[in-house]
Amino acid sequence: MGVLEEYVDIVVIGAGHAGCEAALAAARLGLETIIFTVSVDSIAMMPCNPNIGGTSKGHLVREIDALGGEMGKNIDKTFIQSKMLNQSKGPAVHSLRAQADKRAYSQSMREVLENTEHLTIRQAEVAEICVENGILTGVKTVSGAIYHCKAAVLCTGVYLNARCIYGDVSTYTGPNGLQAATHLTDSLKANGIEMVRFKTGTPARVDKRSIDFSKMEEQLGDERVVPFSFSTDPESVQIPQESCWLTYTNEETHQIIRQNLDRSPLYSGMIEGTGPRYCPSIEDKVVKFADKNRHQVFLEPEGRYTNEMYVGGMSSSLPEDVQIAMYHTVPGLEHAKIVRNAYAIEYDCINPRQLLPSLEFKAIRGLFSGGQFNGSSGYEEAAAQGLIAGINASMKVKGREMLVLDRSESYIGVLIDDLVTKENHEPYRMMTSRAEYRLLLRQDNADLRLRKYGYQAGLISEEQYDALLLKEKQIKEEIERVEHTYVGTTSGINEVLEKLHSTPLQGGSSLGDLIRRPELNYQLLEEVDSNRPQLPEDVREQVNINIKYDGYIKRQMKQVEQFKKMEEKKIPENIDYDAIQSLRIEAKQKLNLYRPINIGQASRISGVSPADISVLLVYLGH
Amino acid sequence: MNAGLLMDDTIAAVSTAMAPSGIGIVRVSGKEARTITDRIFRAKKEGKRLAEVKSHTIHYGWIVDQEEIIDEVLVMVMKGPRTYTGEDTVEIDCHGGVLAVQKVLEAVLKAGARAAQPGEFSKRAFLNGRIDLSQAEAVMDVISAKNTYALKSSESQLRGTLKKAIREIREAILYEIAFIESALDDPEHISLSGYPQKLEQVVKEQKAKVNQLLLSADEGKMIQEGIKTVILGKPNAGKSSLLNLLVGEEKAIVTDIAGTTRDVLEEHLILKGISLRILDTAGIRNTTDTVEKIGVDRAIEHAKDADLILYVVDVSVPLDENDQKIIELIQRKNAIVLMNKSDLAAVIDREKMEQLVKAPILSVSAREETGIDLLEETIRKLFFRGDISFNDEIYITNARHKQALLGAKMSLEQVENSIAMGMPEDFFSIDLMSAYEQLGEIIGESIGEDLVNEIFSKFCTGK
Repeated sequence: MGVLEEYVDIVVIGAGHAGCEAALAAARLGLETIIFTVSVDSIAMMPCNPNIGGTSKGHLVREIDALGGEMGKNIDKTFIQSKMLNQSKGPAVHSLRAQADKRAYSQSMREVLENTEHLTIRQAEVAEICVENGILTGVKTVSGAIYHCKAAVLCTGVYLNARCIYGDVSTYTGPNGLQAATHLTDSLKANGIEMVRFKTGTPARVDKRSIDFSKMEEQLGDERVVPFSFSTDPESVQIPQESCWLTYTNEETHQIIRQNLDRSPLYSGMIEGTGPRYCPSIEDKVVKFADKNRHQVFLEPEGRYTNEMYVGGMSSSLPEDVQIAMYHTVPGLEHAKIVRNAYAIEYDCINPRQLLPSLEFKAIRGLFSGGQFNGSSGYEEAAAQGLIAGINASMKVKGREMLVLDRSESYIGVLIDDLVTKENHEPYRMMTSRAEYRLLLRQDNADLRLRKYGYQAGLISEEQYDALLLKEKQIKEEIERVEHTYVGTTSGINEVLEKLHSTPLQGGSSLGDLIRRPELNYQLLEEVDSNRPQLPEDVREQVNINIKYDGYIKRQMKQVEQFKKMEEKKIPENIDYDAIQSLRIEAKQKLNLYRPINIGQASRISGVSPADISVLLVYLGH
Repeated sequence: MNAGLLMDDTIAAVSTAMAPSGIGIVRVSGKEARTITDRIFRAKKEGKRLAEVKSHTIHYGWIVDQEEIIDEVLVMVMKGPRTYTGEDTVEIDCHGGVLAVQKVLEAVLKAGARAAQPGEFSKRAFLNGRIDLSQAEAVMDVISAKNTYALKSSESQLRGTLKKAIREIREAILYEIAFIESALDDPEHISLSGYPQKLEQVVKEQKAKVNQLLLSADEGKMIQEGIKTVILGKPNAGKSSLLNLLVGEEKAIVTDIAGTTRDVLEEHLILKGISLRILDTAGIRNTTDTVEKIGVDRAIEHAKDADLILYVVDVSVPLDENDQKIIELIQRKNAIVLMNKSDLAAVIDREKMEQLVKAPILSVSAREETGIDLLEETIRKLFFRGDISFNDEIYITNARHKQALLGAKMSLEQVENSIAMGMPEDFFSIDLMSAYEQLGEIIGESIGEDLVNEIFSKFCTGK
């Protein structure tokens, strides 16, 4: 019996949201790609919340789409409700969120994978990585089969040494009882990779038939749905939608939780992993925010053709009996039948500072990683990293330049930079407050920001790219025209202004200045703009935003200019920080640990002061 | 946040300690050095513009703040690359003494320059190839050392109450940012309805506090600046009387009982245009009194990092081992020996003292108020000869604080504008954050994970 050996270009380990994007990108770029999963039935599974997008996460999905990823297209095909969040606020924080039909989502993504050329799906547990002289050469499965490759992408999600816990019950499985991967951690450690242990959790699922919706508030989707993908026909997403439902916990719920805290594995010390603060379990909320007498609970359908409902806001790892008792105190859930218990899950992941911004390991060339394995959380964060890791693994194989997005051009850039540069002690979630240039990083302009990179990488077609160039041109010309169109006090303009509750003009004004008035916009002034050309909706939207928030946008662009200059100053890979006498010891240690690729990144490392950066600049100057 | 790391803006600082003639120089370097100076310079010859004059020329005129004349100056214009930094450079020679230098610097900053970081002129000189490569090490050391000093001095010069005030403003601002951000991140859990009105009130209050601080900065109360002058002497040598005489009011308690000044008294005065921080200390003597011993130790501590020591000797009492100790302390320091009580019968003569110390020796009588003029003149001479000086970082520190406060104020005003214009809430947090950042620069606190921590600790968000 010989050992099974195969040769491919790229190996992707894991077929969750990160793995799918990574594998699709590599295969679409023409590289022979194999994707491993412990279960083919769990491709693109959504083991936690049944939605895609949300604040800042919606931005990520748009960006993934602009670059040529799949997530946006897939949710457009399988959503059952959609909402643009924060509509009353500025355009920068508008964010799409869609409820998914979980099964359909997973099935649809599987179909895409199965029908992509150069892509092979393989059900097997990868047990080892093979490394020679700091370069990845292949992977080995538990059966001993060897897959030689030029690059590999680790997207193991929460599966490494996974353990699910509620009460005093703990099982060594991944989510939904799926098989955990128990060998790979040891191999990674043996190759010098530093592993950490994180924790996350999910609430119970209850049977729709046992819920009294009359005691809850109905949450409807938007009347006019906006698709995630720039290439989805907007008409195709105007479909009948399902509802979500809102209810609240109360003092009685909190009482039960408090009485049983000693039985929670979180508080008894049974769970050692670090959990996320932004996604606290209901017991965390009750303890930390003791003054709040109620917390919101959202009931969300898990799909069109299932009775399971997700109990958003009440994730827990309390024992089964306590869970049932506490859910039953919530109005509408008095007689709820639990289908699946809430549970916490612990898993191995890495400290991401071991990665370059390209998501390649600094110490093992050719090895890339993405998703929860990198210490993040969330489907969208995972997909974004998976896409970048997949693109860069491909660039590596092709001997081309890596795609590194910076903080000023994308949420993806912020996400990855935060991961590889900052101390991270909990699963990392994207938030709008993390993006310092968010006025520029809107969900509405993701294509204008990123499509060119997708095109350069080879994931965006010539045709799509030409369409983008046309859009850019139309926006530019229309802004130019509007800013230089002057309207006088005559010809009924003041009549129109009065109708719109806007102060009448005393003298002449540019159309641009009128648009900048808080109560007006591009659309409203159509009547007084006789030379207005016929333009597509997305162009009109850009024109309006760019003119209306011009002052703020310009201020932000100035900051970006400064930022860019720092990013452009590269630090040589072989720099010897110990040889720079004037650096403070703490700075030397941190710089050695993170090995930043440019001055900008170095300046964001905690413990490196502006003086250290000055010293570094002087050092690099000679 | 990253100011000073790049070289695309124009920087300014007081470039030297006082020159012999009493001229202080404010140096401006960068692309806009000449246009910025033009904004505040009024030449003797009407209509002359520094942007148009020849390189390496000197011009006479005044630095003005709008209509008010700040100082009479000579301005030297030098175009790059033949300058110290390699960039366009303007040097403003001020005549009006220490305070005028400070005002001129502030005017330059107001006109668009940025306060230079410690060592930044040298850094630019090096990066522009004006300093030899072999000097790179030295430049890096200077940056490193100066920053350590500046950080230390900025921390220590800032009065405790001010630090507290700034922290409180920052906390209030951060809370509001965190609230807005948590509502943006979790719109279904946290509502912003009616919030702008509330924020308006908070911003108004915090802006008032920043204004208060700006007033303190104008009055020079932000930092404890001046030449650190320590009065040393044995108990009852007349140290406190001398301080009172210099200050002109009864601040220190003067009695005939030796050991009255047990702690350290501090006074700030401007003597012939020179800013002095005078510290009156406990008399130096071997003592078993615990409280007094602490005072003596503090006196010695202060003497060690003093810029100038005034050693007060009671000529009617013979020298002893305590004087010996003081003489050792002042050996390598700038000092003036004051032979006090010259109205009494002397048991110590001047020649004897001259053998013991190298410092100038003056006869004074605090009681008769004689010899004070001579003391003032001697200090002035030492100062203008450059023998004593204080680090120019102090000027720049104060100027930087003020600039940061002004920036914070402008940002808060921007928030008020946005609220008044009915802008969406996410626009508020941009300028709130900027105010928060600028205030942080004063107390040396950067942003880091402040916001994310605040969001998670104060607001319950998440699924």
